[in-house]
Amino acid sequence: MIQLEKRPQPSRFWSLFTPVIAVIVTMIAGGLLFAALGKNPIEAIRTIFYDPLFGEFSFYYRPQLLVKGGPLILIAIGLSLGFRAGIWNIGAEGQYILGAICGAAVGLAFYPTESVFIFPLMILAGLLGGMLWSMIPALLKVKFGTNEILVSLMLVYVAEQLLASMSLGLLRNPDGHGFPGSRNFQDYPSGHNTEILAGTGLHWGVAAAFIAVTFAYILLNKHILGFNIRLTGEAPRAARFGGVNPTRLTILCMGISGALAGLAGLFEVSGPSGQISIDFNVGYGFTAIIVAFLGRLHPIGILLAGLLMALTYIGGEIAQANLGLPAAAIQVFQGMLLFFLLALDLLSNFRIRLAVKGAA
Amino acid sequence: MDLSAISPTLLIASLMVAATPLLLAAIGELVVEKAGVLNLGVEGMMIVGAVCGFAVSVETGSPYLGILAAMAGGAILSMLFAFLTQFALANQVASGLALTLFGLGLSALMGQSYVGVKPPVMGKVDIPVLSDLPFVGHILFGHDIVLYMGLGLTAAVWAVLKYTRAGLVLRAVGENHEAAHALGYHVVRVRILAILFGGACAGLGGAYISLIRVPQWTEGMTAGIGWIALALVVFASWKPWRVLLGAYLFGGINVLQLNLQAAGIAIPVEYLAMSPYLITIIVLVILSADKSAAPASLGRPFHASN
Repeated sequence: MIQLEKRPQPSRFWSLFTPVIAVIVTMIAGGLLFAALGKNPIEAIRTIFYDPLFGEFSFYYRPQLLVKGGPLILIAIGLSLGFRAGIWNIGAEGQYILGAICGAAVGLAFYPTESVFIFPLMILAGLLGGMLWSMIPALLKVKFGTNEILVSLMLVYVAEQLLASMSLGLLRNPDGHGFPGSRNFQDYPSGHNTEILAGTGLHWGVAAAFIAVTFAYILLNKHILGFNIRLTGEAPRAARFGGVNPTRLTILCMGISGALAGLAGLFEVSGPSGQISIDFNVGYGFTAIIVAFLGRLHPIGILLAGLLMALTYIGGEIAQANLGLPAAAIQVFQGMLLFFLLALDLLSNFRIRLAVKGAA
Repeated sequence: MDLSAISPTLLIASLMVAATPLLLAAIGELVVEKAGVLNLGVEGMMIVGAVCGFAVSVETGSPYLGILAAMAGGAILSMLFAFLTQFALANQVASGLALTLFGLGLSALMGQSYVGVKPPVMGKVDIPVLSDLPFVGHILFGHDIVLYMGLGLTAAVWAVLKYTRAGLVLRAVGENHEAAHALGYHVVRVRILAILFGGACAGLGGAYISLIRVPQWTEGMTAGIGWIALALVVFASWKPWRVLLGAYLFGGINVLQLNLQAAGIAIPVEYLAMSPYLITIIVLVILSADKSAAPASLGRPFHASN
């Protein structure tokens, strides 16, 4: 008879290694899935995980790693702060959209004026847009005790409709011959999120992601706010007695995560994506939830997890083109990863013992 | 704009159809939450049910087999959640989200070859005298069997929770799992059964969308109905009849907004389309002041450590 015995503290060894094991188990299960779809599993796994890094065309794919990883990391860092304190902002996708809309709107309002102040202004607008959108669930939770999970999620659907309305109406390119979608920021130097080092994929959003990782690390380890966040998550009662103000903490965590998601949206719309369009959002806000958990809600972990998840996106695209692997297969693959991770977490929280039944 | 194009008879009849997927999913989730488990994977289970039901209906030609397959699909997916939360003791919020993300991907994968296919039609129940009644007959008695199943299920859940021993045990587990455990009830077993029931209901609700309401398969076609169902349970203060009321209310809003779109009202389509979500938020705010109705052990993991 197998018995579980709760560990007094989560095992450090297992909490570091479960993500690694989860990735390996997912590769095996994913291989089985690909085999079931009639693809050679080893070739598929190699195409996804090896080719983008070391394959023939890796010079093209490596920069993509940063382009796709940047927004994931930026959003996941914000989410992880709230998740640690038991504040569940799962509407990052909506905040990402709002950041993009607000940032783009400010940029387009100045078109075609050229000035060095325009891009910083857009960044500010994107940040505020995402933050204000996340303030809706935060304030409703604080004032009325409304469930932030449901409200933040409902607002994703609202944001998607708003995005459609903007790309068909208010922000539509006046010279676009009636096609939906805004002006392209690639044709507007002052508002374009350029690569800092050409050909590396390192645009301003990626730089922001690295800065966010650094700040989150310092916040969680050296600052009282980070301590309060961790305390609230691990021992809510102790936090209350210790004078942590839950209202302030909720507003701060939601605000930071919304702001970072908004930034990610702004950097995406002004850089890799280039314009506001109906299908602008591709689910980074949801994938970032997986990234946050895979990275153990730890800044460095999130950095690595974000790059890994970016790899599955790029590898998935290559596998789609070369092997005819359906796009949805990679979505299933990412979902499985979260499953295995959660299941294997058992190892870090519990000891597994073989016990004789009825001995106790 | 021509408001007279909106016929009240059709409006009420289509309201009932629009409300049914919500009702089914929400009544299932109500039982799950009454057992003290918060399963945020409703959206994922619904969409998997939708694709399973659709695929089996198309392959076998029988919508009834499709309905059964949808329930099985939803229940199987919910088993993953049951395993994660009841055995591996994973966080329920994270596990539910995982279920939704996984379900959305899986359904897209399974449904690829069914895009644009027409499913077999499910016959309407024809009750000899009642269906021929002038106004009421068309509204109330001309529907498919699943719609009536939804109503029956609501009554059954209400009766079982209120009057039977099984219902009492389920509520005890949800209110205070330590006490229920001390009394000798199998907390984990009860919860797993509740989760499976919730999965089957969500699957059925999903299939109702893909087989009857729309009827066709498109990726991500549940469009947040699973999440609205979750909100509906809170809205209903965990009471079955109020779930019914809420489902019809939201069904009504949705049908009305679609009718207004069709009638060409001066409000842009996108703003009408966001109204169900906005109204959900507003209703949640109004009703979330009173938390006393929530099962006391909701969302808390249970492990018989001693």
